[in-house]
This record gives sequence, structure tokens and C-alpha cells, in this order.
Amino acid sequence: MGRVIAFFDRFGRSIFSALEEMGSMLLLFLSVVAWAGRPPFKTRLIIKQMEFVGVKSIFVVVLTGLFTGMVMTLQIYYGFRMFSAEALVGSTVALGMARELGPVLTALMVTARAGSAMAAELGTMRVTEQIDALYVMAANPVKTLIVPRVIAGITMLPVLTVVSVFVGVLGGYFVGVPILDINKGMFIKNITTYVSLSDIYNGLIKAAFFGFILSFVGCYKGFTTTGGAEGVGKSTTEAVVVAAITILISDYFLTALMF
Amino acid sequence: MIQLVDIHKSFKNQKVLDGLHLEVEGGKTTVIIGLSGGGKSVLLKHMIGLLKPDSGSVIVDGEDITKMNDRDLNETRKKFGMLFQEAALFDSMNVFENVAFPLREHTKMTESQIGDRVQSRLQDVGLVGVEEKMPSELSGGMKKRVGLARALVMEPRIVLFDEPTTGLDPIMTEAIDRLIYESQKKYNLTCVVISHDLKSIFDIGHRIAMLYDGKIIGYGTPDEMKNSENPVIRQFLTGSLEGPISVV
Repeated sequence: MGRVIAFFDRFGRSIFSALEEMGSMLLLFLSVVAWAGRPPFKTRLIIKQMEFVGVKSIFVVVLTGLFTGMVMTLQIYYGFRMFSAEALVGSTVALGMARELGPVLTALMVTARAGSAMAAELGTMRVTEQIDALYVMAANPVKTLIVPRVIAGITMLPVLTVVSVFVGVLGGYFVGVPILDINKGMFIKNITTYVSLSDIYNGLIKAAFFGFILSFVGCYKGFTTTGGAEGVGKSTTEAVVVAAITILISDYFLTALMF
Repeated sequence: MIQLVDIHKSFKNQKVLDGLHLEVEGGKTTVIIGLSGGGKSVLLKHMIGLLKPDSGSVIVDGEDITKMNDRDLNETRKKFGMLFQEAALFDSMNVFENVAFPLREHTKMTESQIGDRVQSRLQDVGLVGVEEKMPSELSGGMKKRVGLARALVMEPRIVLFDEPTTGLDPIMTEAIDRLIYESQKKYNLTCVVISHDLKSIFDIGHRIAMLYDGKIIGYGTPDEMKNSENPVIRQFLTGSLEGPISVV
């Protein structure tokens, strides 16, 4: 009997703790929305974060996009060859990159690079009282720290996704045409025939949404850090895990809604 | 100037402040002493609205800051400066940007006016030529002095110091104490200092308040506190292991 009560006690506590965290995330979200629309706008901080999230992620995004496009071409080619449909390899790679792999892989890579850094930086600021110092100086930390990062996440992810899709298709071309001997004209023509503008738009909307998730989760986890260096490490890990899982789960629902 | 009235504060099941009353006099330095982990920093954070009490009032210039909305609270905070225990300088900014931050945030001063004000405050704390250095390149004492310059740059009327000399060598401790003393005199500041350092306490304090068991158990001038009959205050000020405060 005691064990059953203990089980329900633990279960109830974990439910309450999850609800409490969701409530505190919602409050922070509302605060971000309110501060984002209130001038003066911190343009310098926003540009700095855009550089950090966008420009400094280009290398890793190009690398992952390129090799993903290349390996997709290899795999799809071996499947499509069975039906003599090699000419459709290019368009399939382009569709896959634009609708799915471009936004998702970019978001996961930027989560690992920038989302974790946001959690670590804000977490360190929290435990070293730098966030308290902002409050003391009557500078709202949500406006100063979180809003620029979230704006950078939302705006830079679509840009990085465009880069990722472009180099992915380019990688597919270099494997498909010179190595696998797919007809160059058919490779390109089928891309323009089968990939519509809405595929690209929807992929970019997804990317913006993922950009919001990774920056918001990173900031939330950092902002609510407690417990010194250990707490910063825990927040950073949680930020990456929670953002990555949320991106993958929301990807399914967004895809179901959009396409 | 600052009144704390019947403040109660608990974290989970641990009661930290238990019906605390304190009145901080304007234009004087009040030093708060007490055991480590006894709630001194919590008390200081209540004065500036970083923490809200479970019950009770914090009155600054006649207004209860516990009932203020964020906008009014921010206006009240502009009267304050605060030096944190580890200085809390922004890692991503150099010394100049750290000290200039409140000016850029709240004033319409030109860059040249900001430059002049920052230089003047850095000179006050004896730091010249370090404007371009990052906080990670500074020693503990230098960080505290930059933190003090930042706390004073907006010309606040009230400055809070959270253990300003902890972790510093005796010479740097003396230097920081002198800076606090001189700044208080020069700008007629109301200072609240948390300190464990007995020499500092008597060097800079016009009033001393002893926090024990969530309450202020003694308040007075340094001489009054030295001559206190309260066994807790006596034990604390003599640093004795024998007495009502059991440590081990």
C-alpha cells in the first residue's frame, strides 16, 4: 500500500512540475511577444545575434546540407534504378531537401551550435548574477537578452535553410550527373517541373518555426538556470534535447498541416 | 529612506526572513552583519525588488515597492546602484561598455558625454587605461572596482553592496573600504553594505544591524554594537566558538 501511495505521490509531483514548467514557459513567451513589439528596438543586439546564429552557422550548415544531398542521391538512385526512374532522382532530392531535410537538419545543427550556446550563456549570466544586475539597472533582461536571440532564430533559420537546400541539390547534382551518369538535362528539368514554389515556402515557414523553438527553448533553459556550474551544464543539455525533440515532433504536425 | 516592515520570506520549507523590521537612514552607511547563509543577500535583494516578500512591505522614499508594477519598480530602481558579490560584470562587454551600459540604456547622453562620465567614474575607483579590457582579464579587486564604477555611474542616491570585500587580500579590502567611504561622503549616498569583515564593518559603518534567525536582533552605532549586552552579537563580533550560536 505504501509503495502505491509513493508511486502516485511521485507521479502527481511530476505532473505538477511539468504543468508548472509549461506555465512558466507560456509566461516567458507572452513576455517575449510583449517586449518584442515595444520600442526602442535593440537593433545592435539583434544584428549581433543574427550574425551569431546565421553567419557563424553557415559552415556547418553547408557541410551537412552538401553531404545529405550527396548521400540522398546515392540511395535514391539505387532505388529508382529498379524502375528505370533515374531521371527523377534530382527532383526527389530537391523535394526532400526543400520540404523536409533542409529545414530539419539545419534546425538540428543550429540547435547544437547556437541553441546550446544560448542556454550556456544565459545560464552563466543567471548564476553569476548578471541577469540580476540587468534588473537592478532597470534594463529588462527579456528585452535585452531573449528578444534579440528569438528574432535572430526566426529570421536566420529560413536563410540558412535556403543555403542548405541549395548546396544539398548541388551535392546531388555532382554525385548524380558526373558519377552516376544521370542525364544532366533531365536532372535539372525534373527539379523545375516537380518542385513548386509552395514546397519551398512551406519549408521556409517550417524553418522559421524551428528557429523560434531552438532559440526560445535555449533562452528559457538558460534564463531559468539554478545551481552553479552544474546547473549550467544541465540547462545546456536540456535545451538541446528538448529543442531537438520538439523540432522533430512539430515537424510531423507541420508537414501534416501544410502538404 | 528604506523601511522593511514585518518581512517574511521562505524558500520551499526554509524560513529565511521571519518578521524582519529595519529602517535604513538616508545619507548614512548601514552595515548588515550576520551568519553565512543567514539571509543577508536575500534581505538586500528585497530592498531593490529582486525578490518579493511572502508578506510585509518594503518602503523606499515613502512608496511600497512590493505593490508596484514593473514600470514603477524600474523607475524606483533608477535611484539605486548595486555592487554584487562577484561584481556581475557582463562577460560579453569590455570595461568601458560595462560602465557605460546604464547610461546608454537610460539617458540621451552623446557618446562623448558618456565617455567623459565613464572616465570620471573609473578615475574615482583608481582605474585608468583598462577601458578596453574584458572582465575575464581583470583581477577580483579590479572587477569589484569596475562594478563600483558601474554602480555609481548613474549618480544613484542609494547604493547596495553585497559582500564587497569577500575574497580580497587585506590591502585590496582596505582600498575597497576606502572607496566606499569616500564615495559615500562625496556623493552623500545612502549605503547598505553586507559584510563579514570586522574591520570593514567598523571602518565604514555609521549604523550596524545584526541579522539572526530571520530578524534584526541589534541595531545601532558601531560603539553601541561593540558594547551590546546581547550574547549573540557579542559572540559574532568576537568571533568566538563559545556562545548561543552553535556552528559545529
